[in-house]
Amino acid sequence: MENRPLFKSGHTACAGCAQAIAARIVIETAGPNTIIANNTGCLEVFSTRYPETAWNVPWIHSLFENAASVASGIEAALAYMGKKEGINVIVQAGDGGTADIGLQALSGMWERGHDILSICYDNEAYENTGIQRSGLTPYGTNTTTSPAGIKSIGNPRPKKLIPEIALAHGIPYVATASVAFIPDLQRKIKKAISIKGPKYIQISVPCPLGWRHEPSETLLAAKLAVETGLYPLIEYENGSLVSCRKIAPKPVDEYLKMQGRYKHILNNLEEIKKIQGIADDNIKRYNLLEVKTS
Amino acid sequence: MREFLEGSRAIAEIIKRVKPGVISAYPITPQTHIVEELASMVANGELNSQFINVESEHSAASVVLGASATGVRVFTATSSQGLLYMAEVIFNIAGLRLPLVMTCANRAVSAPINIWNDQQDSISLRDAGWIQLYAENNQEAVDFHLIGYRISEDKAVMLPVMVCMDGFILTHGLEPLDLPEQDKVDKFLPSYKPLYKLDPNEPLTMGILADPDYYLEARYAIQETFKDVLRILPKVADEFSAIFVRDYKDLLIEEYFTKDAEKIIVSMGSVCGTIKEVVDELRKKGKKVGLLRIISYRPFPYARVYEALKNCPKIAVLDKAVSLGAYAPLASEIKVSFSNKKKSPKVISSFVAGLGGRDITLESIREIFRKLNVKEISQDFIDLKPELLTEAYGK
Amino acid sequence: MFGPLIVKPAKSKGDKTGSWRIKSKPSFLQKNCIACKLCLLICPENCISGKEKNAFAVDYNFCKGCGLCAIVCLKNDIEMIEEASSKTG
Repeated sequence: MENRPLFKSGHTACAGCAQAIAARIVIETAGPNTIIANNTGCLEVFSTRYPETAWNVPWIHSLFENAASVASGIEAALAYMGKKEGINVIVQAGDGGTADIGLQALSGMWERGHDILSICYDNEAYENTGIQRSGLTPYGTNTTTSPAGIKSIGNPRPKKLIPEIALAHGIPYVATASVAFIPDLQRKIKKAISIKGPKYIQISVPCPLGWRHEPSETLLAAKLAVETGLYPLIEYENGSLVSCRKIAPKPVDEYLKMQGRYKHILNNLEEIKKIQGIADDNIKRYNLLEVKTS
Repeated sequence: MREFLEGSRAIAEIIKRVKPGVISAYPITPQTHIVEELASMVANGELNSQFINVESEHSAASVVLGASATGVRVFTATSSQGLLYMAEVIFNIAGLRLPLVMTCANRAVSAPINIWNDQQDSISLRDAGWIQLYAENNQEAVDFHLIGYRISEDKAVMLPVMVCMDGFILTHGLEPLDLPEQDKVDKFLPSYKPLYKLDPNEPLTMGILADPDYYLEARYAIQETFKDVLRILPKVADEFSAIFVRDYKDLLIEEYFTKDAEKIIVSMGSVCGTIKEVVDELRKKGKKVGLLRIISYRPFPYARVYEALKNCPKIAVLDKAVSLGAYAPLASEIKVSFSNKKKSPKVISSFVAGLGGRDITLESIREIFRKLNVKEISQDFIDLKPELLTEAYGK
Repeated sequence: MFGPLIVKPAKSKGDKTGSWRIKSKPSFLQKNCIACKLCLLICPENCISGKEKNAFAVDYNFCKGCGLCAIVCLKNDIEMIEEASSKTG
């Protein structure tokens, strides 16, 4: 790996970009026999600006919303040539490219049963175009298109449950992961590529620019998102929940106060209570509570 | 082998012979018969191909994009709204310099929704970087698909080809035609060897971001390549006729009684069959009329058009599409063919006809010849019904 | 004719993003390193190298100074130090 880095230095991501970390972990774990189709977004822009490329694997970008279909074509071509065995096909996108504009193509790909791993780098907004809200922007977040104001609390809707939408397609593997828990992320990628059929992994990747925290706080933000219960790390095989990361829940304030995107609600107890409610619901829904041994 | 076939079936038969590895399409009238036939060939084991059913035309185009980038010959087909829905991908395929052939079963564009033929769909995508060939009949439609692959995969071209055939009139029309034999197809079109492909043994990055320092050259290169295509099309036509006998001359235009003509209609596609009938009829009466048929709309053969029309005083351009708010698309091109030239027709009149499947009859064509007089007509809609234009809303 | 279209990774040297550092840069003290490789694993730039204890180093040509390596270091063996005052940009 050291001799042939699959994701090279010299890309133009912001300092402290979690997506850059996760993207490298994904391709290093998947290995060189991988073909990537990438939707438009931060990752595409910062890693393939002509005449440079960060990718030492075959990689293609077409449009914002069609990478899942492009990947389907790649997989079909490999199947036609009898080369599918031993080559991983990965389709990757940000949260907008996954949950909003790219959802139809992704749904088609899942439904058709292609042997493809789809990755969502979830930084919870359209960071590439300047921090606009997406379907994966959490409730109460201040973005440039869901700005806080006297008549607005920020983004009025909770995150879309893409893992559940993925599960509804009957695909064999669905998981969430976090850049703060790299061994877990690596394990899930390995697991996913060992399974034939469509797989979906959604990775929490904080964005210093959009979340408004210090670049050095990227991992802290990712860690707190998990430890508050706001970003549950869950894993489904064949429709059954097979693992989740247990937590001793921290109050959401700790997570919210480190990010500029929540500055407007830090003194609003009612709104903080609502966000705590979202975390509590997750904890209950996925049974995230650590069992204490007495 | 001479067969009596529906146009769509004939297209499926030629696609079977070019052996695409991946086919993807989404249902839309009047294109569906083509891919239904192909699906059944795959299902029956007659054709070894991955047939990918998608959830939209956007994805159909994206699937064949991905497969072509992986180094496999591909096919798709669409029409009308489907083509417009693909538009983003259509531009992208050309920009990525990926070879492929697509059938456009020409159909009107909504609103009002209308499933019948005109050429508004493909003409609306004329700027996308695709070679566009318009077939007059089903024999041509079949042959143009085969020729299309040959041109598209040419290492000096690497651009997609859209074979445009009039919806229903050709796609659902039955004609006797020669289906090229497999051995001859193989001789004319060797198995596909990609110039670049997604391959873990030789990684490369496709679909790069080109900033202002690089973008212009990427687009210029395509524009220059189209000039090469104007030279390559006649060569490929020669090679085609050497194997299959049928002679498409330079594959750019067809001249029908143009040499001494005093009145010429310029048009594209199946309506040219009707125009030829009227030309024959009027010639018998001693009238010097002719037809110039555009085969290659992109690249547009300006120089050939100029040579063919420069000595004719009166030209009528018959468009089956409009550019709302401007001259009709083909009429604009014909007018431009004479800019800064020594010779020029006295009159270049523009006629729009056949929109949304309105029948263009022999009488419609006669009317165009009649209206082609000393006075130039900037735009006339043939067979218009003024009584339908009296609706007054909001009063 | 072809213009800018495809990049072969072997030909890409990458942008020298080290010029982006404005505040501080990591200094690998190489005293208490246990070669856990957490710094290497977390670096968004993939610009840290090393295998043996106390032998990890950062390529300042690419390091943007995010400081994540210093944060994850279990032994506090990476220190963020001020950029030289002469440095511009």
